[in-house]
Amino acid sequence: MTESLIACDYCDLLQKIPSLEPNQTAKCARCGSILYRSKKDSLNRTLSFTLAGLIFFILANSFPLISLDIQGRTQTSRLITGCVDLYRHGMLSLAALVFATSILMPFLKFIGTAYIFMPLKFSRLTWKTKPIFKILKTIHPWGMIEIYLLGIFVAYVKLSDMATINIGIAAYAFIASILFMVAADASWDPYETWNKLEKNHE
Amino acid sequence: MNNLSAIKASLASCHFCCQLSKSENLPAKQYSACPRCGGTLHFRKPNSISRTWALILAASILYIPANILPVMRVTWKGGSDSDTILSGIMGLMEEGMWLIALIIFVASILIPMLKIISLIFLLISVQIKSSWCPKDRTMLYRVVEGVGRWSMIDIYVISIMVALVQLGAVATVEPELGAVFFASVVVITMFASISFDPRLIWDSFEESNR
Repeated sequence: MTESLIACDYCDLLQKIPSLEPNQTAKCARCGSILYRSKKDSLNRTLSFTLAGLIFFILANSFPLISLDIQGRTQTSRLITGCVDLYRHGMLSLAALVFATSILMPFLKFIGTAYIFMPLKFSRLTWKTKPIFKILKTIHPWGMIEIYLLGIFVAYVKLSDMATINIGIAAYAFIASILFMVAADASWDPYETWNKLEKNHE
Repeated sequence: MNNLSAIKASLASCHFCCQLSKSENLPAKQYSACPRCGGTLHFRKPNSISRTWALILAASILYIPANILPVMRVTWKGGSDSDTILSGIMGLMEEGMWLIALIIFVASILIPMLKIISLIFLLISVQIKSSWCPKDRTMLYRVVEGVGRWSMIDIYVISIMVALVQLGAVATVEPELGAVFFASVVVITMFASISFDPRLIWDSFEESNR
């Protein structure tokens, strides 16, 4: 009996799992929160968006993000430079927070998603898939690269009347990795994933 | 079948994989492992109300130094200025950067304040077992849960400026203690919204409509 039922995450109302066409969303009958969504070609799309995002995220971390010209002197910074400089100013906790939310968590999210979806594509289960799935769900709100991007924009405008700012190649890769992360999140169908995980497990 | 909540049917919904499990022998406060994914399984988030209160209290206390202490020091053209969050916004407005001033004001002042007030309101409404507009209160919770992360903008702006403007006496940006307090307010309020359980809103609604 529990097979065909689902409880709303926000109000705990028991409901039948609706049968949906691809790309439809079911909302809770009582509180209106999203209950269940069905995505077209979810496995392939999530996997390819994640891999593309991972490649761009590695590029974004490897090249200069932004540089500043002031009275003939140039200063270049990378994604990691902010954390290093915060640490050098004695703000270890702040440096750790910025590192965790802008580099570590997004990276784990890309790697973890790829780790689960790649074997799933070939109908296999790899070591510790389920715990990694749970970790992904837990760290989800802590990857904040889209917020970091808005931070770059604000810093750019603030500094633009003081100096000349040049946007580096990594900034474009960074934007691309955010777009792919959003696309991967949007095409992910957790129910389908769990059904496949269970089927492979048996 | 109509309007039956999972807890009434002795079913616990897994937070990680949404699988329902029959948990008749499970006392309300204890938890077991989800048979599908192995995640901890409970009917309601454990000690939701007291945890959320504790975190909200901590955040409200830290909110004071976060706004009083300067968050960064800018050295430019021989002068040196420390800015708090509010004085930074005023400075941006004086220079005519309205859009940026608005973004920072919403993300750094409005969101943390409204988040703390909203969570206190939700906590009290659950504790007095109010049955008033449960749908709207659930919506309020979803908004609080979703927008809280955006307060991090200011921390990132500081981190980017500190990394970029390191030119000795010509121009330097340094982080200051207020930024640490501000970041802790953001992180603690995020944990507070995670520890609040919106299903409690509906528990009291069901009780009063019985």
